[in-house]
Amino acid sequence: MSERLAPQEKVPFWRSPQGRAWTFQLCMVGAFLWLAVSVYSNTLANLKTRGISSGFGFLGNEAGFRIGEVTGIPLPQGGLLWFLVSLVAGLAVSQLISRHLKSKSDRPMNSKWLSVCLLFSIGLPMLTLYIFRDSVEIAHYTESSSYFMALLTGLGNTLKVTVIGCVASTILGLLVALGRLSPNWLLSNLSRWYVEINRNLPVLLQLFFWYFIVLQQLPNVRQSIDVGGWLILNKRGLYLPSLVPQQGAWIFCAAIVISIAAIWVIRRRARRILDETGVPVKILFPSLAVLIGLPALAWLLGGQPFTLDFPVLKGFNFKGGTGMTPEFTALVLGLTVYVSAFNAEIIRSGIEAVSKGQREAARALAMNERQVMRIVILPQAMRVIVPPMTSEYLAIAKNSSLAVAIGYPEFVSVGGTILNQSGQAVEIVGIWMGVYLCISLLISFGMNIYNSKVALVER
Amino acid sequence: MAFFRTYFICLLIVAMASIAQAGTLENVKKDGFLKAGTHIENPGFSALDSNGKRIGFDVDFIRAVAAAVDVPEVKYTPLTSKERLPALQSGEIDLLSRTTTHTMSRDVKLGLDFTVTTLYDGQGMMVRKELGITDAKDLDGATVCLQTGSTTELNISDFFRKNGMSFTPVVFDKQPDVRKAYDTGRCDVHTTDVSGLAAQRSLMEKPGDHVILSEVISKEPLGPVVRHGDNQWSDIVRWTIWLTMAAEEKGITQANVDKMYAKSKDPEVQRMLGKTGTLWTDLGLDKGAPVRIIKSVGNYGEIFDRNLGPKTPLRMERGLNQQWNKGGLIYAPPFR
Repeated sequence: MSERLAPQEKVPFWRSPQGRAWTFQLCMVGAFLWLAVSVYSNTLANLKTRGISSGFGFLGNEAGFRIGEVTGIPLPQGGLLWFLVSLVAGLAVSQLISRHLKSKSDRPMNSKWLSVCLLFSIGLPMLTLYIFRDSVEIAHYTESSSYFMALLTGLGNTLKVTVIGCVASTILGLLVALGRLSPNWLLSNLSRWYVEINRNLPVLLQLFFWYFIVLQQLPNVRQSIDVGGWLILNKRGLYLPSLVPQQGAWIFCAAIVISIAAIWVIRRRARRILDETGVPVKILFPSLAVLIGLPALAWLLGGQPFTLDFPVLKGFNFKGGTGMTPEFTALVLGLTVYVSAFNAEIIRSGIEAVSKGQREAARALAMNERQVMRIVILPQAMRVIVPPMTSEYLAIAKNSSLAVAIGYPEFVSVGGTILNQSGQAVEIVGIWMGVYLCISLLISFGMNIYNSKVALVER
Repeated sequence: MAFFRTYFICLLIVAMASIAQAGTLENVKKDGFLKAGTHIENPGFSALDSNGKRIGFDVDFIRAVAAAVDVPEVKYTPLTSKERLPALQSGEIDLLSRTTTHTMSRDVKLGLDFTVTTLYDGQGMMVRKELGITDAKDLDGATVCLQTGSTTELNISDFFRKNGMSFTPVVFDKQPDVRKAYDTGRCDVHTTDVSGLAAQRSLMEKPGDHVILSEVISKEPLGPVVRHGDNQWSDIVRWTIWLTMAAEEKGITQANVDKMYAKSKDPEVQRMLGKTGTLWTDLGLDKGAPVRIIKSVGNYGEIFDRNLGPKTPLRMERGLNQQWNKGGLIYAPPFR
């Protein structure tokens, strides 16, 4: 063989498979570049001949219109930058320590060193946050803000819906999936109808249903459902008292962060002891104690860090407090219900993909049903569940753009307004495409990392 | 949906190599139909009648132009306010007649030409009668329903800012959704052009329960729009509209146009109806164009009365849209 293959080196490159492959690939790249360049120059030429101005300069102009729902956007001021730097530095130091310890001995690091690491990775950023606490600016959009700020506000609204929708549809989907798998005839059939109905109706129709039919049944402002001034519900939305941060608010927030970190440490330690000695450690009470105790202490120290602002009927509407508008509620409900039906099917198929023997083996080890599900079935189902779940999360992000039909000011809606005010159609559509691409890539990036963690480890 | 449509229209802008700048008239004649953009549903201006035929004030001017260039057919493209300008820019339509406000930035920056103002309008506000509000200055803190992608959004913001008042906008993509949201009580105020409010009110569950406030917060000169650069085409649209206005002044109607053509001794009437002179052939049309225009839609007053006037559900008064010699702003340059 090798003797006959030897002359291969003299084969001209257009006859060698590699050479041809490269040629075709280069041709493809060339054709693509040519297409891109010609589309670009064509567009510019077209815009020019029609006297349409182009470029992104308009983003700095004053927007002049109002947006119904504005979430504050933390702007990267000097202080925030230092916070990020110190966060990275703290994590790096703790990584170095753990690497160093690992190289010395095979055992995982003990709790003494772990606390040193935690001190660095949490303490350092907290310290900078404290020092620079006044220079972290939260920008609120107003009419005199720029188009750019308007787009950011719309993007914030989109992300808010996406994050809440993803979490809620996952939880709801899991519940429905477990319902379908339940031996209870009624429960499993109800879940089945839930899935079939919601999966087969167009999502836009569901949004209209929630917005124009369900939520408009609520009473008018003056006939609001009022629960002692704490909870007010009417056609204009749900109103709740809002927390107004006072002087000591940051101590309280820091305490919550620290207590969550501490619980994480406690859990890790319990895991390690379980792994090494086989003795399960109860962590519920210590965790609860930390979670409640530390913030309570901070509350006392900070001298009531928050006050409540109650919604009051003033003129036309309720003022003050916080709450949810019907547009937001309808969008989250519609997307959550729609996607949860798909999620339920994905989770169910994942659970059913785990072979029966696994369940039987787990039962043979005297595990109860909850343990079987939590320790044996779900971890194995995850590797079937995660990839299709990613596309459902992407669907939430993309379908949130339907909100323009029910008046929720998300990214496409705000962009559309700007498009019409400024007439920069090509630029705005370009921004839309770019931003949705980024959101989708970020979601799938995160899900891929998670997937590689839960994927079957093959040796 | 709306997103994809806008996206598609933008693709058109991007993809089309270069359609001929001049020569809209030739293209229309070659196609045998006029491509025109108008409302999806705005009664009085552009809506489908019970036979599925498109009728309305904006539609009549489209039909007038179609009669002028003598094409039998019009291809209507129903557009949201967000889609209308890109649709014209991209060449998807050749004439936009959809209550579009003439503003400087649109005229200068977007490659568009505004022709003649067919309706002098202004932005108004509608509230429920039961609120007992008569002055727009009492609207501090109100929730306002409106349609995205028009001058409406800027005007209402300006009005509230100017008077030191606050409001919460709820912005929809389509006018019917704005109406539904307002009608079910989501908002205190419905705002758009006064004529549009009248049109929307006629579709409410109980039109009598709603009142349009007298405060007009902006100037909204509305009229058909064409692409910038084809002067012959914009001249055709302009003079077609002016002909309907001049016809009202001279008392020429849909019914008597043939008689006026045959018998009128007024030299200007003879010129504008194409009996004498070369006004219409100079424009690139034939001598029969003016009579065809008036026969198809009538004069300006007839168009107004048929679609918007007191005998229609919109019950609009002529107001500023009266002829110039009767105290209004409707004024056609001389046919000479």
